[in-house]
Amino acid sequence: MNPNFLEFEQPIAELEAKIEELRYVGDDTEINIGEEITRLQSKCKGLTESIFGKLTSWQTSQLARHPQRPHMLDYIGRIFTDFEELHGDRAYADDKALVGGIARLEGKPVMVIGQQKGRDTKEKIRRNFGMPRPEGYRKALRLMKLAERFKMPVITFIDTPGAYPGIGAEERGQSEAIARNLFEMAALKVPVICTVIGEGGSGGALAIGVGDKVMMLKYSTYSVISPEGCASILWKSAERAQDAAEALGITSDRLLELGLIDQIIDEPLGSAYRDVDTTARNIRQALKDSLDNLNQMGTDKLLDARYQRLMSYGQYSE
Amino acid sequence: MNWFEKLMPSRIRTEANGADKKGSVPEGLWTKCNSCNAVLYRAELERNHDVCPKCHHHMRMNARRRLENFLDEEPREEIAANLKPVDILKFKDTKKYKDRIIGSQKNTGENDVLIAIKGQVKNIPLVATAFEFKFMGGSMGSVVGEKFVRAANVCLEHEIPLVCFSASGGARMQESLFSLMQMSKTSAVLQKMSQRGIPFISVMTDPTMGGVSASLAMLGDINIGEPNALIGFAGPRVIEQTVRETLPEGFQRSEFLLEHGAIDMIIDRRDMRDKISSLLSMMQNKPAA
Repeated sequence: MNPNFLEFEQPIAELEAKIEELRYVGDDTEINIGEEITRLQSKCKGLTESIFGKLTSWQTSQLARHPQRPHMLDYIGRIFTDFEELHGDRAYADDKALVGGIARLEGKPVMVIGQQKGRDTKEKIRRNFGMPRPEGYRKALRLMKLAERFKMPVITFIDTPGAYPGIGAEERGQSEAIARNLFEMAALKVPVICTVIGEGGSGGALAIGVGDKVMMLKYSTYSVISPEGCASILWKSAERAQDAAEALGITSDRLLELGLIDQIIDEPLGSAYRDVDTTARNIRQALKDSLDNLNQMGTDKLLDARYQRLMSYGQYSE
Repeated sequence: MNWFEKLMPSRIRTEANGADKKGSVPEGLWTKCNSCNAVLYRAELERNHDVCPKCHHHMRMNARRRLENFLDEEPREEIAANLKPVDILKFKDTKKYKDRIIGSQKNTGENDVLIAIKGQVKNIPLVATAFEFKFMGGSMGSVVGEKFVRAANVCLEHEIPLVCFSASGGARMQESLFSLMQMSKTSAVLQKMSQRGIPFISVMTDPTMGGVSASLAMLGDINIGEPNALIGFAGPRVIEQTVRETLPEGFQRSEFLLEHGAIDMIIDRRDMRDKISSLLSMMQNKPAA
């Protein structure tokens, strides 16, 4: 089994390995195996389409956390130009789990903020697995206020298992840091566009997720609690995570249906890591279209619409 | 009420209100302090706002009775009492969400967690809200969010302060992302109040965790903790599993939060009326009572 692929991707991985092997052999044999390769490639595409055509919520949640899934910094260079990272919350530290900075989108300055997971073990630890501490959220808020002063739209990328549950994080007011961001983002006087690109983990995601437009990459997830966490609380067993994933309705199509997000950004066949350039292009197009719309609204109208939208969340009877 | 209850002097009747009568756990005349183990006469404990007279331990308190103790007797007007939860996701774990709702409604006599009443405290008009922890762990779903907003809207309309007594395990998982969005919804209405200069006092009682502490509860113009209340973002067990260390003594208790600058003060429940009315009169530039 190839550790770089998920269980349900293994048949695809095996077929691809076979194609690679044939290609290698192809150089020094007389038989024309080009045809065979084309045949296998089309078979591989068909297989991928069929597997990805009927993904369960649990499989999607695995894709959202895929070891090869692109992270925020993989996209930044492909979507923006002139990115300059800005560091620190000016009070305590620079949280590497949350990255922010100024950049240009199609020439126009914007503030980019997002959680960053690591790829290898060393980097994962440095980034704290994409779980920000209060100083991360306070850095994000500082940058949002800075963007407001200089009239730059705020673009956030959400990709986190959640806010870090640690002793120091609690001592420095994790709750307050998250709450303050929700409070301030509700009234930020510039357009705010939020995109879930991987894992949208609860309050730690929402703390940079209040905006005028909320989008999700097709195979990302957004949830009040991880399937594993939910299973261990409600089913008293983390092994029921598959059931929890289903019950929670954490996928982009379900959330769009429920009216909790505005748009799904398409991913290439086999999910984002198969073609990062195409995924980045899709994100850039969605950001550009959204900004064009939001820029036309005056500040008052923008804030009013954002407020009405926040107030509309919820289902109850009376 | 049967003939025996009618004969009983009212002060030793154990039910605080109609709601408790339906409670599944019958409560006797005597109760035990869960901190110092002293055996306490229930009526006396209730007169003492559910604070142990021996060790001053603050027990968890019924939300409706809390508001009744806190507010002046007149006038009182309940806000959005008819809001009820719906099971939009048809959520089912080991039990159906629908059945959990019905069970909690029977046990507590309330439609959902949050209770909101427009009234007065020492003649200061305000809206007071409280979380009923016995209703699904005080969890915040769509009804809590909506009722909190309606309570705040009454404050905005009448330009009167809002006081909230929170007691909650956090977001209501059975409402999934709808419950998460209540964090931004409640925070947004508090932003509106803040812009209008209308005071919000947040009183965090045992326990105030997760999505509730990471939204409305931490956004008070003044944040107050009850003595020894557990207040925090992540639960102690989750933290212990993550950092693999034993947590320091008193971790995430009100006293710890005061020490770390997260709350303004700790107030004994029995002084709540006096202190909050005094604070509010100063915040609204009114003469001392």
